[in-house]
Amino acid sequence: MSQNFFYVTIVLYSCATLAYLVYLVKTTPAVATWANRLVMTGFVAHFLSTIHRFNSAGHLPITNMHESLSFFSLAIVGAFILFERRYRVTILGSFILPVALLLIVASSAFSSAISGLNPALRSNWLWLHTIMAFISYAAFTIAFGAAVIYLIQQHFLKKKRLGALFQKLPSLETLDDINYRCLTIGFPLLTVAIISGAIWAEKAWGTYWSWDPKETWSLITWFIYAALLHGRMTTGWRGRRAALLSIAGFLIMLFTFVGVNLWMPGLHSYK
Amino acid sequence: MNIIVVGLSHKTAPVEIREKVAFSPNQIEKPLRELVALDDIIEGVIVSTCNRVEIYATTRDIAGGIARIKRFMAEYHHIPFETLETHLYNYHSEAAIRHVFRVASSLDSMVVGEPQILGQIKTSYGYAAEYRSSGIILNRFLHKAFSVAKRVRTETRIASSAVSVAFAAVELAKKILGDLSDKTVMLIGAGEMCELAAKHFLNSGAKGVMVTNRTFERAERLAEDFGGEAIAFEEMFSHLHRADIVLSSTGAPHVIIGPKDVDEVIRRRRFKPMFFIDIAVPRDIDPKVDNLENAYLFTVDNLQETVQANLAQRNKEAEKAEEIINQEIGQFHKWLSSLEVTPTIVALRTHFDEIRRAELGRTAATWKELTPEDEKRLEALTSAIMNKLLHTPTLALKKAGQGGRVNLYVDALRQLFDLEAAPEEAEELELEE
Repeated sequence: MSQNFFYVTIVLYSCATLAYLVYLVKTTPAVATWANRLVMTGFVAHFLSTIHRFNSAGHLPITNMHESLSFFSLAIVGAFILFERRYRVTILGSFILPVALLLIVASSAFSSAISGLNPALRSNWLWLHTIMAFISYAAFTIAFGAAVIYLIQQHFLKKKRLGALFQKLPSLETLDDINYRCLTIGFPLLTVAIISGAIWAEKAWGTYWSWDPKETWSLITWFIYAALLHGRMTTGWRGRRAALLSIAGFLIMLFTFVGVNLWMPGLHSYK
Repeated sequence: MNIIVVGLSHKTAPVEIREKVAFSPNQIEKPLRELVALDDIIEGVIVSTCNRVEIYATTRDIAGGIARIKRFMAEYHHIPFETLETHLYNYHSEAAIRHVFRVASSLDSMVVGEPQILGQIKTSYGYAAEYRSSGIILNRFLHKAFSVAKRVRTETRIASSAVSVAFAAVELAKKILGDLSDKTVMLIGAGEMCELAAKHFLNSGAKGVMVTNRTFERAERLAEDFGGEAIAFEEMFSHLHRADIVLSSTGAPHVIIGPKDVDEVIRRRRFKPMFFIDIAVPRDIDPKVDNLENAYLFTVDNLQETVQANLAQRNKEAEKAEEIINQEIGQFHKWLSSLEVTPTIVALRTHFDEIRRAELGRTAATWKELTPEDEKRLEALTSAIMNKLLHTPTLALKKAGQGGRVNLYVDALRQLFDLEAAPEEAEELELEE
């Protein structure tokens, strides 16, 4: 059952991605409407699939690669839907949905067998730690999308190429705004995730911090976003610089999330 | 019934002619009354704007109607007919419908897609409705034209792009700075385009204007016009950081704002972006300013390119609009044709029935042995013959009402049997919608 919803989700996200890509080149408003509808429906299916899996596993379905990639994708799509409503930036979907689709397809490549949860990890801290982490990841992904569009838009402006795509992309101000908003949501949540993780680690493993690769890379991610937030608040960093740092932060975050799990064995590895 | 259009526009007549034939809205009643008093002109609407003067009318006699309206326009405005006629165009039937739909949709405007024309036609129609010079056909026709124009506006992007340099500047500013309501404009120097752009920025919600000029009095005067703030030219740099949008058009022989100046200003603004438009020739702002990260410098040529691109885009959208108009013409034409069918059938039957009654009366008067019963039989017989004879043509006419040949049939019947027109009766016959 949860697998059915999962595959329906993949199909819907594929269609939505396609619609958003068509929206890049076509101006018909109907394309945007349909893309938004598809992504909403996809999100509902994805949510149901996750709930169902939660029921059958008895714990939050983020304990193996299949589950956590799917959960990440769910968080991104949810965040996108919220930002699309708030800022009326449908075009963001053309950049975010491919990422979400890629993650869920990658998720399907891993075994979907339900894995038992290590008794040491059975704790309410699991909820706090992981959900905070995923929401912050989703916010940083949106910031990444906005940053990419910002660079494209700035390129058009500097080269004085003010074509149809330029007209369709949002203003620099809006993009920078989204970037900042994501940062102010993502950074505190990432902080909470790291701190709660440390407390939980002390309870489960007896030490707050063990320089496990995941911990190290999370800290690096945290520092990048901390630097960006600091720069923004004190010296008025914005625009291109903020966009480049957001992109760097996102890539490192992605590595922290996927790369560390796969290639750097440690306490956080789950496959 | 036919719709005819006679008129002239910016495409066929210079402004000297257009202003002579313009109808003033304050005295529109008189020409409207005279128009519908012309022979064979049944309904009439006069549209008069600074770019076009057009008369829409309905008539049975296309050639005669057009000629009479042309003469009316010349005589009303005391212009020699020959002078005026060379500038006039005229359309009838389908071409007339197309023309009015295109005009209302702003496809025939000097600036394609400009929105005023629709309002102007609505006002003109309002007068015609008020003075009862328009009737069922033109009422229906113009309402249709309004809905076509609305469709064109919502279904194509014909009116959505900036086609003037000043407007393009505002659009561009929004793409960089977002909402303009907390943004300030600085005007350096004076000049028509600069002031026009400043006006556009204010109309689009910009917060305020600073004006600076080598002659301070001039700056003050301009600042007063805009409700802004005058700044001495020497103090420009100590105020520049407050400006988000800078419009420059001084007559200076060399650049007055260099990259170093802007770099400093932007630091002072904590890297908030600035949008520069250099209108001056030679340039006021060093092109290197554009290399700075948060400074965006555009020249008039850059803006002009955008305008050109938008015009090209607009032409593409115009094609879509023509397609919409084609569909709507078909629909309206069908309605117009069907309008003729019922009165023609009624007239035809009345005509036959009159003959029948007359002949019957004459026979009865000379037929001495005729009993009342026989008379009834004769009545029934003649009626039956008449009905049988009329059955096929009536059916053909009704069928043609759903096709396209109806005008041909109606005209043929009216001419062959010398039928009178009775358009009033058609009022209830609104097939469409």
